Amino acid sequence: MTLTKADLVQHIYKIHDNDMTKAQATEAVEALLKIVKDCLIEGEDLLISGFGKFNVKNKKARRGRNPQTGQELILDARRVVTFKPSGILRDKINGK
Amino acid sequence: MNKSELIETLAQETNLPFREADSITNTILEAMTNTLASGDSIEIRGFGSFVVKEYDSYQGRNPKTGQKIKVPPKKLPFFKVGKELRERVDKGK
Repeated sequence: MTLTKADLVQHIYKIHDNDMTKAQATEAVEALLKIVKDCLIEGEDLLISGFGKFNVKNKKARRGRNPQTGQELILDARRVVTFKPSGILRDKINGK
Repeated sequence: MNKSELIETLAQETNLPFREADSITNTILEAMTNTLASGDSIEIRGFGSFVVKEYDSYQGRNPKTGQKIKVPPKKLPFFKVGKELRERVDKGK
């Protein structure tokens, strides 16, 4: 089963059922996502210990090809987000 | 930004006590970790998705010594940034 935003809200609501409304749980998830996104949009890396690191990397312009037509084209310089999982997350995924 | 700064910012933005913001952040990270650990994927609109890719065992080499080694099968999580975030990060350059 794929985990979605609604599932995250549900998880929080389950734990905080006596001190938070569903609307507050939703608001908290939205707020957290906005902080994470704003951080990356600013070009700042985000290090979440025990989970992983989101990096913002500057890529230089390069010559590429349209794989469908084979036509050469110039890919502009870009800024991209990459994710490097922490050792702890890797181990958990591998059942260690 | 690191995890404690993230929690601190969440507490400020939501007017929740630090302890609550900490618990919320950890609940989310735990749910995400458990999902990936059971081989399932994560899809968060406007942010991105995580999938676990499985790799078979293969014959590798120790790049320092050149010695042949058998790399055991493994699983790795991959993050694909969502369209909206990808475009906004690129615009910010």
